[in-house]
Amino acid sequence: MPARAPVKETETAGEGPRIGVYVCHCGLNIAQTVDCRKVAEAARRLNDVAVSKDIAYACSEPGQQQMKNDIREYGLDRVVVASCSPRLHEPTFRQMLQSAGLNPYLLEMANLREQCSWVHMKDPEGATQKAFDLVKMAVSRIRLLQPLQEETLPLTPRTLVIGGGVAGIQAALDLADNGYEVVLVEKQPSIGGVMAQLDKTFPTMDCSI
Amino acid sequence: MTDVGRHPRITLYTLSEVVDVKGYVGNFDVRILKKARYVNEKECTACGECAKVCPVVRPDEFNLGLSSRRAIFSPFPQAVPSAYVINIQECLGHNPVVCAKCVEACDKGCIDFHMSDQEIVERVGSIVVATGLEVYDPREMDEYGYTRFENVLTSLEFERLINAGGPTGGEVLRPTDRKRPQSIGFVQCVGSRSLRKGGAYCSNICCMNTIKSTLMLKEHYPDMDIKVFYIDIRAFGKGFEELYTRSRRLGVHYIRGLPGTAAEGPDRGLVVSVENTAAGKLETYHLDMLVLAVGIKPAAGAQRLQEMLGLQLTSDGFFLEAHPKLQPVDAATRGVFYAGCAEGPKDIKESVTQASAAAARAIRLMHNGEIATEPITSTVVAEACKSCGKCAEVCPYNAISVDVKRKIPAVVNTAACAGCGTCAAECPFDAIVMNHFTDGQILNQVHALLEEDAKEKVLAFACNWCSYAGADFAGVSRLQYPPNVRLIRTMCSGRVDEKFIWEGFRLGAPVILVSGCHIGDCHYIDANRWTEKRVAKIHKKMTRLGIRPERLQLEWISAAEGVRFAQVMQRMEALREAVTPEEIAGTMEVLTKASKKEDAP
Repeated sequence: MPARAPVKETETAGEGPRIGVYVCHCGLNIAQTVDCRKVAEAARRLNDVAVSKDIAYACSEPGQQQMKNDIREYGLDRVVVASCSPRLHEPTFRQMLQSAGLNPYLLEMANLREQCSWVHMKDPEGATQKAFDLVKMAVSRIRLLQPLQEETLPLTPRTLVIGGGVAGIQAALDLADNGYEVVLVEKQPSIGGVMAQLDKTFPTMDCSI
Repeated sequence: MTDVGRHPRITLYTLSEVVDVKGYVGNFDVRILKKARYVNEKECTACGECAKVCPVVRPDEFNLGLSSRRAIFSPFPQAVPSAYVINIQECLGHNPVVCAKCVEACDKGCIDFHMSDQEIVERVGSIVVATGLEVYDPREMDEYGYTRFENVLTSLEFERLINAGGPTGGEVLRPTDRKRPQSIGFVQCVGSRSLRKGGAYCSNICCMNTIKSTLMLKEHYPDMDIKVFYIDIRAFGKGFEELYTRSRRLGVHYIRGLPGTAAEGPDRGLVVSVENTAAGKLETYHLDMLVLAVGIKPAAGAQRLQEMLGLQLTSDGFFLEAHPKLQPVDAATRGVFYAGCAEGPKDIKESVTQASAAAARAIRLMHNGEIATEPITSTVVAEACKSCGKCAEVCPYNAISVDVKRKIPAVVNTAACAGCGTCAAECPFDAIVMNHFTDGQILNQVHALLEEDAKEKVLAFACNWCSYAGADFAGVSRLQYPPNVRLIRTMCSGRVDEKFIWEGFRLGAPVILVSGCHIGDCHYIDANRWTEKRVAKIHKKMTRLGIRPERLQLEWISAAEGVRFAQVMQRMEALREAVTPEEIAGTMEVLTKASKKEDAP
C-alpha cells in the first residue's frame, strides 16, 4: 500500500527562502482599482522577498519570460503571483515554474482580480489595502510550502464487470474490443439479465436478444 | 450475448458472486465464489437428453413459474454459456441408487456430482458495477389482488406470456381457463411514485413498457379491449411520444386515475373501480385480465457490494454517482464505474449508453498503464498517532486504515485519498499532515491577515470547489461588497481545523466565516457534514467561554451563487461592525489565558 512519508515542515534552513512577488495589472482589470505599484513596493519589504515587481500581464508570454529570467537571475526558489483566481491560471504558472526548474507546487497566487479589484471598484483605497493583505498572506503561506511530487503506481489493465445484464454485456464487450481483459461475473447460470426475458423492446419494437 | 461467450479477452464466471474486494484503484484483488454447476460447461452441447430423463419437475424461474423445468435444465434456449445446470437442492441425489438417470443419459459424460464450489482471485485495475435491478414485488400492495386472483399478473409475467419463446408460444391466455382474454387492463405505477409502498421515484420504463405491450396486443388481437390506468404517461424519449400516439390511435383506452382496489367477478375476471380524473367520474370496468406495471427496485446485493467497495447509495437504494451531472458514471471511489439500473431505473438504450460510457471511463483510467496519484494528500506522522481511529471514521473515501485494537498507527492510502483534509482537521493529536494545506501554512495566513487592524477584518474560509468559485463568480459579475473580507482557500471546508478558528479569535478577529458546498453537493462525498458538526461543537464551546456564537458563521455557497456570496459578505460586515473593541479584547484575553493553561478549547 503506498504511503508517503510526511513532509517535514521547517522554514527553509540556512539562508531562508527567496521569494519573488509579481503584482499583475491585468491591463486595467486590476490596475484601475488597485495601486499595483504600491502593493509591489510594500511587498518588497516583507521578509524573504528577494524581488517584487508589478507587471502588465503575468500570464502573457513576456510576463512569464520575465518571471523565468528573474528566477535565474535572483535565484528565486518560490513565486507569488498576485493576479486573477488560481482557478483560472494556477496551471499556467505551475507550468512556468516547472519549465524554470522549480517544483510546480512552490507557487502561491493572490486573487486580486475576481476577489478584489472587480468587487471593490468604488473603493480603490480599501481595495489596495486588501490587495496588500492578500499578498502578505500569500508570502507568509509560501514560506512553508513544500515541493510535492506526483507519484505513479503500476496498474493492472483489466476490468471486473459485476453483472451480466445488458449493461454489463455492453461494458464488457466495449472494453474487450478495445484490447482490455475483462472478468465478467454473473450470479445466474446464464448472462442476459432481465433483458433476455423481454420479447420486443421499445421504441423500435425489435427483438431484445 | 454469444459475443461475450466467445470473446478471447472475456473471462466469464456464471453462478458466481464477488465476495470480497481488497486494494484500490489500479490494483483491486477480487475474490469470486463460483458455485458448482455439476455439468462440464465446456463439454456440454445442450442436447437436452439429460433433462428428458430427469424425474424432478419444478417451476421455471425464467418464465416466472408460468411453465416448468427439470432439476437439470438450461436456463433458456439462448443461454450463454449454453451448458445445462443442476439445481443440487432439487436433485434427488448423486447416489446412483437413488437416481442419477441424467448421468446415464449423457453420452459425453459431462455430469459430475463431485464438482465443488470454487474460490477464484482475480486482480483488476478497474471495476464496472452493473448489478441491475429487481422488479417490484406486488405482494405488499395487495389492493389489486395479486396474491388472491390468478388473472392478475405482473408486467414481467405478461412479458413471458406474449413472448414467442415463452410458455404459451406467444399466445396470450388467461391463467385460470387458458382462454384468450377479451379485455385486459394495465395498472401503472405499481410500486413507483408512492410514498406509502414501493418507491417514491418514477421507475422510468413502465409507461413505455405498457405502451409497447398494448401495441403488441393490438398487433396480435386487433379487437381486444385494452385499458390503461395511469397517473401521467411519461413518454419523454426519442420516438416515445409517437408510440403513445399510435397506441391511442389503435383504440387503446387510456384512463387517468389508478383503481383503488380490484375484486374478482363471477367469471374470475376482475372488477376495478376508478376515479377517472379526466372525466371527473367514478367508473367501473370488468376486465378478463389485469396486468400490474411493476416498478424497478435496486438489486438485492447492492448493499453488500456498497460496503465492499466503499460506495454510496441514494435513499432509494440505488448507487450514488460521484456527481449527478458531470460524473454520472463514476463512483466516488476511484476506479469504480456504474452501468445500467444499478445506478437508477433506466431503459435498455440508456443502460447501453451508460455502459459504453463506463467502459470509456475505465479505459481513460487504464490506457496509460499507470496511475498518477494526487500529490495533495494527507500523511500520517506515525510517532504522534495514537491509533484512535478518528481519521478513518471521517474519511469519505475509506482511504485510511488503522488498527484501533492493536494500536497500529494509521496509514493513508494515497491512491485512494482525494485530498479533502477532513482527517487532518479531526485528528486530536495533530498526527496528520495535509500536504499543501498544512496547519502551519494556513495559520501563517491567519497570522498575516490579523497582524494589523485585526478588528477591521473579516476572516473567511472558502472551499475550492463551491464557495471560492462562488466568490470568483461574484467578481466576474462585478457584484460589489465591502473590502474587509480576506479569503483563505482550502480544498474542502472539512479541512477547517478547530484551532484555525480559535487562533483567529485569539488574535483579535471580530468575526469568522466558514463556507463550503451545500450539503449533498460536497466534492468530497460528504466531508462537509463534518464541517457542520465541527462548527456546532465550536459554537457550544464559544457559549461556554462567553463568546457570542454569532461571531462564527457557517454558510453553504455554491459556485453559481455569486449573488449569495456578495450578500453573505454584506452580512458579515454588518456582524463585524456590531462587535465592539471591548468584546474583542475580552475574547483575546479569555483565549490567551486558556492557551497558556494549555487546556485550550
